[in-house]
Amino acid sequence: MKARIFVTLKNGVLDPQGKAIEHALGNMGFGGVDAARQGKYIELDLQATDRAKAQEEVDAMCRKLLANTVIENYSIELE
Amino acid sequence: MKSAVIVFPGSNCDRDMAVALEKITGQKPLMVWHQDYDFDKVDFIALPGGFSYGDYLRCGAMSARSHIMKEVIKRAEDGVPTFGVCNGFQILTETGLLPGALMRNANLHFVCKDVKLKVENTDSLFTNGYDEGAEITIPVAHHDGNYFADADTLDRLEGEGQVAFRYADDINGAQRRIAGVMNAKGNVLGMMPHPERMIEPALGGSDGRVMFESVMNRLG
Repeated sequence: MKARIFVTLKNGVLDPQGKAIEHALGNMGFGGVDAARQGKYIELDLQATDRAKAQEEVDAMCRKLLANTVIENYSIELE
Repeated sequence: MKSAVIVFPGSNCDRDMAVALEKITGQKPLMVWHQDYDFDKVDFIALPGGFSYGDYLRCGAMSARSHIMKEVIKRAEDGVPTFGVCNGFQILTETGLLPGALMRNANLHFVCKDVKLKVENTDSLFTNGYDEGAEITIPVAHHDGNYFADADTLDRLEGEGQVAFRYADDINGAQRRIAGVMNAKGNVLGMMPHPERMIEPALGGSDGRVMFESVMNRLG
C-alpha cells in the first residue's frame, strides 16, 4: 500500500519561500497568482494491508516526525 | 561544573562549545555521540550549533529523535541544566522541551553577523550574571532562526519570564524579536545567537561568557 502525505504550513504562519515563489512567478509574467504556499510531499511504501491500521500508523508517523504540528498541517492519502 | 556536549553528524560548533566550556569551567566536557544511549552524570548539557543530519525534513527534526536525545530529554525533565544554541535550539523545540518552532528567516537570507541582544530576564539560571536591562553583543549565523509560536504561547512566555534574550533589531522575522527562550521550569534554554563564540576579548568580546558563568554561580 502507498501512503501519500502532504505537509503544509498552517494558515497564519508566514511562508517566506511561498512569497518568493509568488514574486518570481509575477516577475516572469505569469499573472493571476494571488498567493503561493510551499509545502512537502512524502511518499511511503507500506507493508500494511489493513487500511484502517495503515491510516492510524501513518497518522502517528505524521504527528511524531513527518510534520511539526506547531507550524504545519498534514493530510494523508492511502492507495 | 561537569559538562557534556552532544555531537550529531553535521554538528559544526561542537568544538567551539567544548573550548568555551573547558576555558570557563576548567574541565574538559564529555563529547557524547548521538548514537550513544547514556553518558556519565554531568551538571550541564550543551547541544551545539551546526546542520545536524543536513537539516533534512526540518532543522533539528532528525536529531530530536536520535538515541541520545531520549536520555537528554529525561535528564532535562529531571532538572539538569540543558542549553541549545542555534541548531541546538532547533533540536530542543523539535523535542518539545521548548515551545515554538524555528522557521526559515523571513527575508530568506542566511544572517551571519554580530547582533545586539537585550537580556530580558536577569534572574534565571542562565542569565543571573547580567545586569538588569543589559544590552549585549553576540554573533548569529543561521538560515532558520525565525522564532514562531502562537499568540497565546508568546503571551505566556512573556508573562512567565521565559523570554531570555530579544534581538535589539529585527534580523530574521522572529515573533516579538525573540532570540532565546526557556522552559517553564527554567532549566532549559535555547537561543539562536552563539555565546560560546564571545567568551574572551580575543574573540571580540566576553558577553557570552556571562551566560556560562551564570549557570556556574547558581550551581555553586
